Amino acid sequence: MADAESALAEHFEELPQQRDAAKLGMWTFIATEVLFFGDLFMGYIVNRLAYPQAFALASHHTVVLFGTINTAILLTSGLTMALSIHAARADNLKLSGRFVLLTIALGLAFLAVKGLEYHEDFHEHLWPGSHFRPDLPAQAQIFWFLYWVMTGVHSVHVIAGVLVLCIIAWMIARGRFSAEYHTPLEMTGLYWAFVDVIWIYLYPLLYLINRYAAS
Amino acid sequence: MKFPLLPPEASQVATRTDHLYSGLLCISTLVVFLVFGTIVVFLFKYRRGKPAPRSHLPLPELKIELTWTIVPTLIFLGFFTWGAELYWNIERPPTDALEIHVIGKQWMWKIEHAEGNREINELHVPVGRVVKLTLASQDVIHSFFLPAFRIKQDVVPGRYTALWFKADHVGQYHLLCSEYCGTHHSAMNGSIYVMSQPEFQQWLAKGQPQSTLAQEGERLFRQYGCSGCHVNSTSVRAPPLEGLYGKPVPLQTGQIVLADEAYLRDSILQPAKDIVAGYTNDMPSFQGHISEEELVEVIAYLRSLGTTTPALPASQRD
Amino acid sequence: MKTLGRLEPTPELFSLPELKNYLTESHTLSSWLLTTDHKRIGLLFLFSIGVFFTIAACAAAAMRMELVTPPGDLVTSETYNKLFTMHGVLMVWFFLIPSIPSVLGNFVIPMMLGARDLAFPKLNLLSWYLFNIGGLLALYSIIFGGADTGWTFYEPYSSTFSNTHVVTMIAGVFIAGFSSILTGLNFVVTTHKLRAPGLTWFRLPLFIWSLYATSVIMLLATPVLAMTLTLVGVERLWGVGIFDPKLGGDPVLFQHLFWFYSHPAVYIMILPGMGVVSEVITCFARKQIFGYHFVAYASMAIAIIGFLVWGHHMFTSSQSIYAGFVFSLMSYFVAVPSAIKVFNWTMTLHRGSISFETPMLYALGFIGLFTIGGLTGLFLAALGLDVHLQDTYFVVAHFHYIMVGGMVTGFMAGLHYWWPKISGRLYPERMGQLAALVMFIGFNLTFFPQYILGYLGMPRRYHAYPPEFQLYNVMSSAGASILGVAYLLPVIYLIWSLKHGRKAPPNPWHATGLEWQTNSPPIKSNFEATPVVTGPPYQYPTEEEREMVHG
Repeated sequence: MADAESALAEHFEELPQQRDAAKLGMWTFIATEVLFFGDLFMGYIVNRLAYPQAFALASHHTVVLFGTINTAILLTSGLTMALSIHAARADNLKLSGRFVLLTIALGLAFLAVKGLEYHEDFHEHLWPGSHFRPDLPAQAQIFWFLYWVMTGVHSVHVIAGVLVLCIIAWMIARGRFSAEYHTPLEMTGLYWAFVDVIWIYLYPLLYLINRYAAS
Repeated sequence: MKFPLLPPEASQVATRTDHLYSGLLCISTLVVFLVFGTIVVFLFKYRRGKPAPRSHLPLPELKIELTWTIVPTLIFLGFFTWGAELYWNIERPPTDALEIHVIGKQWMWKIEHAEGNREINELHVPVGRVVKLTLASQDVIHSFFLPAFRIKQDVVPGRYTALWFKADHVGQYHLLCSEYCGTHHSAMNGSIYVMSQPEFQQWLAKGQPQSTLAQEGERLFRQYGCSGCHVNSTSVRAPPLEGLYGKPVPLQTGQIVLADEAYLRDSILQPAKDIVAGYTNDMPSFQGHISEEELVEVIAYLRSLGTTTPALPASQRD
Repeated sequence: MKTLGRLEPTPELFSLPELKNYLTESHTLSSWLLTTDHKRIGLLFLFSIGVFFTIAACAAAAMRMELVTPPGDLVTSETYNKLFTMHGVLMVWFFLIPSIPSVLGNFVIPMMLGARDLAFPKLNLLSWYLFNIGGLLALYSIIFGGADTGWTFYEPYSSTFSNTHVVTMIAGVFIAGFSSILTGLNFVVTTHKLRAPGLTWFRLPLFIWSLYATSVIMLLATPVLAMTLTLVGVERLWGVGIFDPKLGGDPVLFQHLFWFYSHPAVYIMILPGMGVVSEVITCFARKQIFGYHFVAYASMAIAIIGFLVWGHHMFTSSQSIYAGFVFSLMSYFVAVPSAIKVFNWTMTLHRGSISFETPMLYALGFIGLFTIGGLTGLFLAALGLDVHLQDTYFVVAHFHYIMVGGMVTGFMAGLHYWWPKISGRLYPERMGQLAALVMFIGFNLTFFPQYILGYLGMPRRYHAYPPEFQLYNVMSSAGASILGVAYLLPVIYLIWSLKHGRKAPPNPWHATGLEWQTNSPPIKSNFEATPVVTGPPYQYPTEEEREMVHG
């Protein structure tokens, strides 16, 4: 309980008010993030509708195996994140900490796979610009431009998430949290779920839609 | 000292735009007098220290609020309709117009008449005749602005846009670029000369172009090797181009598109985009190899293939 | 039965005159640079935007000097283009957008709500740092050659054709965007979660309503700008992108995405000013606001409809005619709530007891200039007429009436109104009134001729122009020099008042807001005890005044 009292900032009256404020703040931030990615999705939709054939041909070159593995990794990490919060609520902070570490590991695994995939994409001359594969139509570069930007921005979010999770793990280790007070853990969980959801949209858009249509 | 308030009016659209402007000006002046007048009266009547009735007056607040919500809304709807009607008129060129091509590039306007006459930063047109400009940009976005006609149209790279007018008065008027386009944006201007019909014909003849746009296009059609595949050839299968212009074209995807100037342009620059049903994508892209001016000429040639008789310069079609 | 008592001040609230206030709490540099006190952060923002405003104003002065004569003879066209880019970028993102929200909003919102601070004080400080990092990047870009794209960064000029420091400029705006997102987030959460007991939504001061609406726009529009500018930056570095027509990209898509932010951003730049005016008009007319609910809802309506009008910047861009119809219609609709506000302010004066202190003069100036700016907006929303007016000086005049005539005037009103609270000193009243008057005259002389210039057909962003436009340009430049003096005056006497001004009582204007129930300047935690609110806002005339009349 001592933790809970020291966690109350001086401008709040009571802990539930502070928790509600943090929650509303995180949801508001996520609304902002949705529009941040929304801009990219809009760019994708407009160009996909303008150049369906080029996009279909271009998407054939994404590495669907890596994409699928990453989907599995990220979904599993969503589960471990949720389990960590569940454990904290049950006052089992040791278990909670372990799940956080597992989530970090899965996040890093996601980034590693993504790195391998980027490496392969690069070698396949799928980097837009003068060295782009000549066998693909010019508008395929638009697809690949979007691929790099969308997955790149998403990866930045994963990296940010992993860093925050490291701080959370440290806070758990220092005994900062309790069953009553673990708001930062919950907020990170919300953020991590958002990062998951964005990938759930990116995966079909970049790897699956019309993949074999134009071959 | 002169205080001009309106630019010269050189067309009916200009007059109608000025009417709308005056209408809005009247309403605005009225609102300004009403609101500012009320404020000034209140400021005077209720200034501190002056005896005035100040006790709370129960006003029908909802009624007042609804009145000054609904009345402006209705007035606004009126102006919306007025503006929309004019816009509809400005944005849709009448048929049977004299067609002139305009190409914007940093920092000049290049004009190509169908007869082959070319001008830079000058545009000569006949009075009393509908003129349709097809606008293209070689580089960035420009905007073709004719204040005396109250019209402008952005010139967007990668697509054709159009603008039309019918000059009512002979004279020389400003021709400006109104979309910021880089260092010498403010120098990208010139004049439009509205001439009487005979004078315009004289002017066309005096230019003595060696060939019409379509003829120039035909030369380019051979030079760029288009004729190698598109003219009856047994070795390579490419869609025939005779009579294509203005016809519907079935695509590989099952869609049917109209072969207008925009379609021809896209097919030359992005051949992979719309593949004609029954053909494969073998054509190289001419993006970066052909200039906007040359495109205009090639398309003029392709259009001339559409008619059964050989293409005639617009002036002789009258 | 109406309760007249607005709150029950605790007796010890005023009885400790020697209490340390937020300014005297501590004096070290780090106590300022690492402060999480919303009041100090407000002052930090005031300092920062002051610097950026000065630079941007100098750019404007140089432009007006160039435009005195038709040929481009004072500076080269390249320099001129950099000047208006610098003026636009700095004024929009580094002055107007943070002006009222980050300075005055930061300072008074928690006090108006009866809170001790904003919900996330550390994010608030981070917001100031991000703002300055963004600003420094923009300055870096300017010092090392500048960018010449205009503040709109239109494609494909910005990505492919400009040879200037576009990427650093974009990066500066991108980072400053996050500053405004954090500010908006803080305001939204604070308004929801930190209201004093009894302070229900419809007892909130209208300043809070307008800043709440502003924050919603900041949160939902700014990320779109951030990503769009990122795409421009990446496109510039890669030479490939979704806006570049070379490979089939669409430069008009950029305009859609840009204006999806930048039109709502116009409301970020006017709604807070409207909020200030509602506070000031009621106080100096000693009247309750007329139609409180309508004014409050009008703010929200502007925020919502404001998201649906962006295409009116593109009537000549080759977007579809039918899209034009929709955007024009929505633009007329968004004008309705603004009109409602003006009418309600006017009606508030009815049967008031009006005095003309500086804040009131500015607020009246706001109503006048905003009305003219709003009415000329109707001209631009009229499709057929906009074809002629688009990209001319008419547009320049219109948005300066809204942003300078509206927002800067609103900012000055608010700054003078809350100055006693901020500094604990009174500014010299006569000087204030004089400056307000000069500003009003200078402003109109600067920008009214530009309406005529625009209709005559002078395009904006012109370094040189045809000679027949000279007369109005000279008038405009003359006005600008008057305006320059008018801006200098408050800087001088406000700084002077910090030392020599009379000490301010807690409530010099006898106003009703909670912020006036604290000391001037307030203590660090604003209130000795959390205030309790028992009635609606703007209970003018106050109880004492009524007693005086009847007694």
